[in-house]
Amino acid sequence: MKRRLYANLQRKIIFVTLLVSFIPLIFLSVTIYYQFAQMFKGKIEEQISYRARVQSNSIELFLKERTAILLAMADAYTFDYLSDKNNLEKIFRIMNNRVGGFIDLGLIDSSGKHVTYIGPYKLLNVNYYSEPWFHEVESKGVYVSDVFMGYRRVPHFIIALQRQETNKSWILRATIDSDVFETLVRTAQVGKTGDAFIVNKAGFYQTRMRFGNEILSKSNLNPTIFGEGTTVQEKMNAEGRKILYAGRWLKNNNWLLVISQDATEEMTRLFKTKQMEIIIVTAGCLMIIFTTIFTTRMTIRRLENSDRKMNELNAQLVHSDKLAALGKMAAGVAHEINNPLAVIAEKTGWMEDLLTEEEFQNSQNLGEYKKSLHKIEEHVERARKVIHGMLGFARRMEPHLEDVDINKVINETISFLESYARTNNISIIYDSNPDLPIIASDHSQIQQVFLNLLTNAVDAIGKDGTINISSKRHDLEISVIVKDNGQGIPKEYQSRIFEPFFTTKKSGKGTGLGLSVSYNIVRNMGGTITLESEEGKGTIFTVKLPVVVPEKK
Amino acid sequence: MVNTKAEDTEIVGAKSNNKHNRIRLLLVDDEKDFVNVIAKRLSKRNFEVTKAFSGPEALRAIRKTDFDIAIIDLKMEEMDGIEVLKILSKMVPELPVIVLTGHGSEAASEEAMQYGAIEYLAKPCDFEELFNRIKEICVKTGGVTNV
Repeated sequence: MKRRLYANLQRKIIFVTLLVSFIPLIFLSVTIYYQFAQMFKGKIEEQISYRARVQSNSIELFLKERTAILLAMADAYTFDYLSDKNNLEKIFRIMNNRVGGFIDLGLIDSSGKHVTYIGPYKLLNVNYYSEPWFHEVESKGVYVSDVFMGYRRVPHFIIALQRQETNKSWILRATIDSDVFETLVRTAQVGKTGDAFIVNKAGFYQTRMRFGNEILSKSNLNPTIFGEGTTVQEKMNAEGRKILYAGRWLKNNNWLLVISQDATEEMTRLFKTKQMEIIIVTAGCLMIIFTTIFTTRMTIRRLENSDRKMNELNAQLVHSDKLAALGKMAAGVAHEINNPLAVIAEKTGWMEDLLTEEEFQNSQNLGEYKKSLHKIEEHVERARKVIHGMLGFARRMEPHLEDVDINKVINETISFLESYARTNNISIIYDSNPDLPIIASDHSQIQQVFLNLLTNAVDAIGKDGTINISSKRHDLEISVIVKDNGQGIPKEYQSRIFEPFFTTKKSGKGTGLGLSVSYNIVRNMGGTITLESEEGKGTIFTVKLPVVVPEKK
Repeated sequence: MVNTKAEDTEIVGAKSNNKHNRIRLLLVDDEKDFVNVIAKRLSKRNFEVTKAFSGPEALRAIRKTDFDIAIIDLKMEEMDGIEVLKILSKMVPELPVIVLTGHGSEAASEEAMQYGAIEYLAKPCDFEELFNRIKEICVKTGGVTNV
């Protein structure tokens, strides 16, 4: 019952302490993680969009440079001049020397016919009139195409411009080396899985991706989700990985430069942080749990101890109160009974006196009378002894101080019982302890204590046994241990053994006062008397007396 | 019946117990039955016993008679035995007094001794012991031999 109370209290304290420690800790760690993740994600997005911005600038510059040199050539030379293959080749060489990245260069007349061509493909005299780009150039003057297959059946894109001479118009057209262009685009690739590519408005790839796609195949990326400037989007790919896409429109919003980044890869650092945080929080939690349990247990144990001490103290107080009350009552009763006992005893004596007179001598029942009177006297004596014991118990006087040698007292006490013990084959063993000091105490009271203990021990043994007495000196007290191998005291009696009138001896054999008188004597001297007993094995009484140094006379 | 009451009206005079054949004893106790039976038993043993059932009665008897010895109880209703002892120790300091009481304790015994009691006996007391004590005391104090 008591144990459960403490266990409950302990559980409650631990629960509440853990609750108030864990809630803020977990809340704090989650918030910190969330904030950190947000910041980290922001940083990655910023990084990727920055790369998109820078890369788009360089691509724009790439296209502008090439357009510009083509424009310069068209401005500088006439159709006739350019239609000479040697001249065109020279110009093609100059262009490649200056800026590079051209695959071929061609001159086309207004009817769409490829008049002159410098390059690896057999495209001379091909007519472009029906090609979509031809009309774009005619309407816009300068045109950078999307990637297309064209006559050469190889994906490529062109820069073309139209020039007007007095009577005719012509087109100068250059094809950009897609390897060079792709290499440029791909410089924005980062990490193990990062990619950079271009799609057109309709979502067709304009450059090859790092892994896989065919150029001009349809991308599963919807370009319309990317707005003006640089937009960052998050999408799951087929493998379920989170991919970040930064898109920026180029070339008058015809091309979309996309820089992709596997968020999971970038987030590894975040995951590491998360792991670290989890480890730290878990370690913290474990420490809190450990500390809480440890300190709570300690507190509860202390509480339990002090409660127990208090209860013991209370029990002792109640016990002393009980003894004091019983003592007073016993004294009162003893006094009240002594007078009638005295009258009974004297009346009996008077009757005996009378029986000696002659008139009774001849009575037939003289013997019976005498016997009866003798019995009355015997029982008065028995009652007197009980009352005497009660008075002894009730006596509340200060011990009379004299020099007491405990060894001597014990040996003397043993000598009282020696012959009785010998006839019952009980050996009483005590080796005088030379360490014991002479103390100021009451010789006869101490003797009464030991006599009571030894008498009890002898009675507990009955026949055949040993009583061991040992004594020890501690700093401030002397302890005397009386140990018998008698029948022992049942557990349920042990707490009542010092109560007055408590006895397990047969009626008439003991008054039940010996131990309570001893208890009171020892208590009054400032000592203690305790017992340990096991049924069937024996009993150990320990008497502790304070060492009171006698005054020097 | 045995005559238990000392009827004489002798004036208290100089102590000379030798003059009397019998020891004159004053027995003071408020327990009447006790006083009566002790008086009877002592009378049978040739004592001259005067009974008093209270302190004042005892003092009155002492004024009348020159006693050889007195036996006094301590707890009495009208006047406490110790009070009686105090007065006796002034009135007749040479009178040996035995305290015989049921309210025995060492403290009471010490107090009684302090106020002049010569012996302290606890009730119930063996009659033979009481008798012997009285004899001893009388022999010691008064040279009485004929008991």
